[in-house]
Amino acid sequence: MSTRLATGGRLIDRARAVDFTFNGKTLRGFAGDTLASALLANDQMMIGRSFKYHRPRGVVASGAEEPNGLVNLGLGPAFEPNARVTTTALFGGLTAESQNHWPSLEFDIGAINSAFARFLPAGFYYKMFIHPRSFWKHIYEPFIRQSAGLGRAPKNRDADSYEHFHAHVDVLVVGGGIAGLQAALSAARTGAEVLLIEQTAHWGGRAAVDDPVIDGTPAAYWIKTTLQTLESMPNVRLRNHMMGAGLYDHGYALAHERLTDHAPATPGPRHRLWRIRAGRIITATGAIERPLSFAGNDVPGVLLASALRDYIVNYGVSAGDRTVVVTNNDDAYRTAIALVQAGLIVPAILDARPQADGPLVRQARDLGIRVEQGRGIAKVQGRRRVTGVAICAQAGEGAVLEEISCDAVAMSGGWSPVVHLWSHCGGKLIWDEEQAMFRPDATRPPLGADGQGFVQVVGAANGHLRTGAVLADAADAADAAVLADAADAAGGEAPVAQDAEETPMAPVWLMPQGASLKLRQKMWLDFQNDVKVSDVQLAAREGYESVEHAKRYTTLGMATDQGKLSNINGLAVLSSALNTPIPQVGTTTFRPPYTPISMGAIGGAARDALFQPLRRTPLQDWHEAHGATFEPVGQWRRPYAYPRAGESTHDAVIREVKNTRQAIGLLDASTLGKLIVKGPDAGRFLDMLYTNVMSSLPVGRCRYGLMCSDNGFLIDDGVVARLSDDTWLCHTTTGGADRIHAHMEDWLQCEWWEWQVYVANVTEQFAQIAVVGPKARALLEKLGGVDVSKAALPFMHWAEGTLAGIPARIFRISFSGELSYEVAVAAGQGRALWDRLVAEGAALGAMPYGTEALHVMRAEKGYIMIGDETDGTVIPQDLGLDWAISKKKADYLGKRAQERSHMADPERWTLVGLETVDGAVIPDGAYAVGDGVNANGQRVTIGRVTSTYYSPTLGRGIAMGLVLRGPQRMGEVIDIPRLDGSIIKARIVDPVVYDKAGERLDG
Amino acid sequence: MLTLHCPHCGTLAAETELTAGGEAHLKRFGPGSDDDSFEGYLFMRENPKGVHFERWRHSYGCGKWFIAARCTATLEVFGTYPAQSSAPPQHIRDAITARRPGWGWRDLA
Repeated sequence: MSTRLATGGRLIDRARAVDFTFNGKTLRGFAGDTLASALLANDQMMIGRSFKYHRPRGVVASGAEEPNGLVNLGLGPAFEPNARVTTTALFGGLTAESQNHWPSLEFDIGAINSAFARFLPAGFYYKMFIHPRSFWKHIYEPFIRQSAGLGRAPKNRDADSYEHFHAHVDVLVVGGGIAGLQAALSAARTGAEVLLIEQTAHWGGRAAVDDPVIDGTPAAYWIKTTLQTLESMPNVRLRNHMMGAGLYDHGYALAHERLTDHAPATPGPRHRLWRIRAGRIITATGAIERPLSFAGNDVPGVLLASALRDYIVNYGVSAGDRTVVVTNNDDAYRTAIALVQAGLIVPAILDARPQADGPLVRQARDLGIRVEQGRGIAKVQGRRRVTGVAICAQAGEGAVLEEISCDAVAMSGGWSPVVHLWSHCGGKLIWDEEQAMFRPDATRPPLGADGQGFVQVVGAANGHLRTGAVLADAADAADAAVLADAADAAGGEAPVAQDAEETPMAPVWLMPQGASLKLRQKMWLDFQNDVKVSDVQLAAREGYESVEHAKRYTTLGMATDQGKLSNINGLAVLSSALNTPIPQVGTTTFRPPYTPISMGAIGGAARDALFQPLRRTPLQDWHEAHGATFEPVGQWRRPYAYPRAGESTHDAVIREVKNTRQAIGLLDASTLGKLIVKGPDAGRFLDMLYTNVMSSLPVGRCRYGLMCSDNGFLIDDGVVARLSDDTWLCHTTTGGADRIHAHMEDWLQCEWWEWQVYVANVTEQFAQIAVVGPKARALLEKLGGVDVSKAALPFMHWAEGTLAGIPARIFRISFSGELSYEVAVAAGQGRALWDRLVAEGAALGAMPYGTEALHVMRAEKGYIMIGDETDGTVIPQDLGLDWAISKKKADYLGKRAQERSHMADPERWTLVGLETVDGAVIPDGAYAVGDGVNANGQRVTIGRVTSTYYSPTLGRGIAMGLVLRGPQRMGEVIDIPRLDGSIIKARIVDPVVYDKAGERLDG
Repeated sequence: MLTLHCPHCGTLAAETELTAGGEAHLKRFGPGSDDDSFEGYLFMRENPKGVHFERWRHSYGCGKWFIAARCTATLEVFGTYPAQSSAPPQHIRDAITARRPGWGWRDLA
């Protein structure tokens, strides 16, 4: 059984017991434990069920590479699925439950899949669920969905907060093992600003566990003093609990800091996403031990040799009393030695190499451990727990030589450098034949803006597995990172280290090398996604020769651990099946993040009110206080309507329209875009931007204009006022101000840069209030100060003056068809003017109206709305706006495009009014249909509805639409189907359905 | 995430401060141009693996447009210069030649 040893455990505090629950059972660990070590200490070896076959699974690893130990963590708003037990720090009250089983971890119905594993090979789902097609939606999909996914998705809103943090540093060092510490120290000694990050809570990496001698002292002491030196340096920042998630172009890096996962009661954000710009990046991310492929290598109790050692040294936890060690290298002997030194039994070390006789081997022998060379495991015995192993010759086919009873197996297939970060932004790898590993090719690094490499990999991540080489590599790289030409840079000498000589490892991709299919079907490559050696071999046989294809066919490496343990073993198997050398098979693409990061951290503070900036007009408080309902328009929230007590929104809109048409409506038009265009060439510039002529507009006058892209399509409209000889004020649509400003700048800066024109966006500098309706003039006269009579201020003129004591610019423009004044005042005076208008207007029947009433009234007048009548494919001619297009101008943006044959095609759908025969309101977005079917067998469409409303003025539905040859078909009745198939009959009419003569404009 | 040097305000701008504006040095064809010229101006774009000239706007900085000469394959930036240029300046061409001898782009070399 797995248990807590009486002594040992450098990271735990035995004086502080911590209670937690697993599957409802209360268990006890110590402060400093991970959830994995605490579970093992309680003999909870089996932690979950595998994804496909529901096989019992226990922890394999001790760190971020763990594929099996995934649990649902926390409750309610703190619930999180797929939490990795090896990287979850234990705290009091932690609640975890195992995943992917029903009804319980111990007894699971899905485990029946394991019995049929032979019939569920790679590609099973692709082959099985393809015929008949009619089964896809209602039979196959529900079945597949039922079996998909590991953890449960959270149901509650996340109660935690998250944030982003920006950092700019000279050197970012990722990984706080001895390589990272040394690299940070060397870089910092040159004066560089250094950020050193470590994903775990502890510094020193593997050296802290194996404790080699550095500079004549134990590694633990060197780590401690180096850390102290770094902490004392003002140019160094150290962060643990922080994982280097991804490297990107030009020295950009993302790191994920877990601030409170280990201490949930701590105030502040739970995770922080660091967005780092670094001059140079040094990755010291270490290496990950590889499993060996032998039958039953997934049975709980089979662990990586290094992990087993970690649990003993770090947490004083043993995975079993009797542990068989199986290896192809010397390092695993350290585990055997540690086990024996902890008083545990190692019945045998099975070394797949025919010969090995380094100091570690001798030390193991001297401790009395039986070392068998040229041997491997034929099969692990046990189902929910290792009960023994059958030994065979590695060179053979699996004939059992001997059976040894044991309750744990420590396996080591060699080490794979963590090259993920190096690869994220284009660093290339080379295959190191001697160590059977991919390591970074320093001659092909990720390139920065200057075309030079900006990433250096040091230590074990660079393929150096011996302590001395690790430290020298780190010191050299740090010098090179900071000062390319610094031969004797200030970084100082690398420390000197002694650790045991090791004999070379021998690659072992199958154990035994001639294993039968029956054995290969029990050799797991990817523990999390249940991919076996036989699956990869099947993929190769079926023609999936590219490693990327084989990956997707088998799902090898596609689980949440991203194949940290499985990729190299899998591609070695593929390489052998294809009879192609490993480097030619290559690796799959490494993609960020290195380990999963929380969605919360990605979002950061951008949620709720901070999700995006909210733009407020000077009158927003009044709208909110007066019961407005709002609609988003760009980043504004505009009042949609102002429902009164007992009134529906629809009722309110009807009232607002009627009141505006009969008395006075007040509209907050502050969101309207306002661009000042000024300069000697401003008129010429505007003539290029608008389809009509603006240079001829007299000072004091207004003109409606259309703006097109150079592709001919209508992009914005609005009223332009000429303020002075060289100054125009261009109104844009509410959502269009920034876009049109950018459009103007683009043409000014990049095409007509010699023209003397200046554009300023003054949208927010003004509050603008539309005073609309037959009594609008009376209200403004009541306020007094400006002559707004018909003679003094005719339609499409503007005047300046002091209205109600407030300096104002008054435009006589109308978007409703009524007598209308738009009054612009400085933003800070907007509320004062509004309050006066409301107060003085009450006696005249003034009421505010919202955007929906605005829409209804403009539709009654046949005025177009950008975004309703236009969608990026509509030209002004489609909308019957030829009158606003200059025939005289030699050029304007869009003119040449509108001459193209397709644009001049008489078959283009053209704007008309639609009057329903029975008065019904046509649904938004409806299409008009004609006779017959098109080439795809669909009903022919002859038009579409662009705006549709209930008109309170007419008491019926009104609509506008683009219809094939519309203007030539006046009076014709066309069919517009609803979604339910019923037909609305609509008559084609003029788009202007109210006051066609325009008699109401003057009041 | 690229960083580009803004030639107008002098800062090193991260991509989040910038807006991409597509291929640089387009020659506008207006009324009177034939269909092929107009099509070429409006729609036809280079898609090189290697040296490319692109328009960028320092939207969340000084608001000015500039042109970046960079390698689309390695993301190396050869230089940036104001958009008020109808062709790449000589020092930019020299910088590209130093790094990519024999380069060509449209009718430039």
